[in-house]
Amino acid sequence: MINTEKIRKDFPILGEKVNGNDLVYLDNAATSHKPKEVINSLVEYYEKYNSNVHRGVHALSIKATDEFEKARISVQKFINAKNSNEIIFTRNASESLNLIAYSWGKENIKLGDEIFITPFEHHSNIVPWQMLCKENEAILRYFPIDNNGDIDVDKFSKEISNKTKMVSITHMSNVLGTVLPIDKIIELAKKYNAVTVVDACQSVPHMPVDVQKIDSDFLCFSGHKMLGPTGIGVLHGKEDILNNMSPFLYGGDMISSVTYEDSKWNDLPYKFEAGTPNIADSIGLGTACEYLTKVGMDNIWKHEMELGQYAVEEISKLENFKILGNKSKELRGGVVSFIHDSIHPHDIGSLLDGFGIAIRTGHHCAMPLVRSYGVVAASRASFYLYNKKDEIDKLVEGLKKVEEYFK
Amino acid sequence: MRELSDFDEMYQEVIIDHYKNPRNKAKLTNFTEETLSHNPFCGDEIELQLLIEDGVISNVSVDGRGCAISQSSGSLLSETILGKTIDQAKIDNNSMRSLLKDEDLDDKHLDSLADSTMIEGVKKFPVRIKCALLSWSALSDILNNY
Ligand SMILES: Cc1ncc(COP(=O)(O)O)c(C=O)c1O
Repeated sequence: MINTEKIRKDFPILGEKVNGNDLVYLDNAATSHKPKEVINSLVEYYEKYNSNVHRGVHALSIKATDEFEKARISVQKFINAKNSNEIIFTRNASESLNLIAYSWGKENIKLGDEIFITPFEHHSNIVPWQMLCKENEAILRYFPIDNNGDIDVDKFSKEISNKTKMVSITHMSNVLGTVLPIDKIIELAKKYNAVTVVDACQSVPHMPVDVQKIDSDFLCFSGHKMLGPTGIGVLHGKEDILNNMSPFLYGGDMISSVTYEDSKWNDLPYKFEAGTPNIADSIGLGTACEYLTKVGMDNIWKHEMELGQYAVEEISKLENFKILGNKSKELRGGVVSFIHDSIHPHDIGSLLDGFGIAIRTGHHCAMPLVRSYGVVAASRASFYLYNKKDEIDKLVEGLKKVEEYFK
Repeated sequence: MRELSDFDEMYQEVIIDHYKNPRNKAKLTNFTEETLSHNPFCGDEIELQLLIEDGVISNVSVDGRGCAISQSSGSLLSETILGKTIDQAKIDNNSMRSLLKDEDLDDKHLDSLADSTMIEGVKKFPVRIKCALLSWSALSDILNNY
């Protein structure tokens, strides 16, 4: 069990008023709030030891390098990576996915090869592969879906073949809240030697994730969705694969030696971190990992599943609202998308905002998925460790008032 | 504290009426121009068809999917521009944009916009201005060729 009231005190923004009401923040799948500890770690860097890393002999630079590398180790431990050099800092998950597409993809995806993704993906895990397939004349395929709208792994096992060179899947849908059977999928992909990518944007912040257990080749996530600052993301890759890849960006830090004619690449992870890195925000992300570990990822996941389930139950009681996706408890985290049979999500969102309730409305950067439900947009409530049941009650009350208003 | 009644300015009765009973929605079989405008941030869509004869908009159809603001604005637009000359429709389009930017407009321009001015209440909700302008952007797409 987690003590929500105590946790809430760590997040200064939760004391803010919105349109005169207490803020009810239910848009955590878009971005999370930051605890004081994370904010302080940024301030401390800038006020106490602001300096560039990996290039100075002076005290501040040494301290900055130390803290920067400690942050990498915090992230490594958080996802149980084998080695800290497997942790590459990027700007966000989108950049991590692009890094794979540009660096691994361009060299390894050949004419007629196949890449499989699911119909549940965020645009970040669709567009880079669409572009890669166009450029390298490969084929982008989508996982089959069963009658419940879930991934049909059995059917997939018959569609995957030696032509399949890569399988890239989200761990948890940012629209439906559904957790995908990534263990089974990765096991299948391995049989065909396909490289596996996991978009862990919605899993790493919310549930225990062990990359060695998952055994993915690559795994990507964003710091801002897990109590960390914006502008910092992570690519985890297995060391041997990363070592065999060409750099994505060129410049300072990523080389070991440069002559006027040629250059040699630096070791991991620096080969993939050209230029001055995002030092402050890396340190902030490290602090966020430690904060989450302190609360306990098992506890957080349990709490969010409970909130997700409660929201599904309560919103289902409203006659004219429909929940998208699988309603079963086992397969769902703290993300709930819903539609009303006549009121558009934007109108719902605007009115809820008037009550201080922040939800996301629109296509959630997953246009094909949302459209598959026959709508152009949906409303989404998504929870985190600091949310509580009475906020879901407020949401439901708000939805009733919206219905009344548009009657 | 924001009250539900604060939203009445945005969701005027006329707006809700046009949302629930959109005018000129039926697709045209006889038209000279057609365009689809969508807002990539929210997925809202407006399909605009015009029959332009001798420089006059002699028939119009607006169809779409989206929120009360984008859809009612489309319906209102259809009434505003039907029967107008291209030049006057261009003026209306500019007036609409000025109106939502809170710029001064004289009565002549306001009168020409007719009921479309009722959408003005979105000014208080800046994120929704894009919704109100979706159909007018579709109109620009077409009129820019004239
Ligand atoms: C599942 C999923 N993948 C990818 C992303 C992209 O994350 P970012 O915008 O931080 O790169 C998101 C964020 O919305 C997401 O939810």
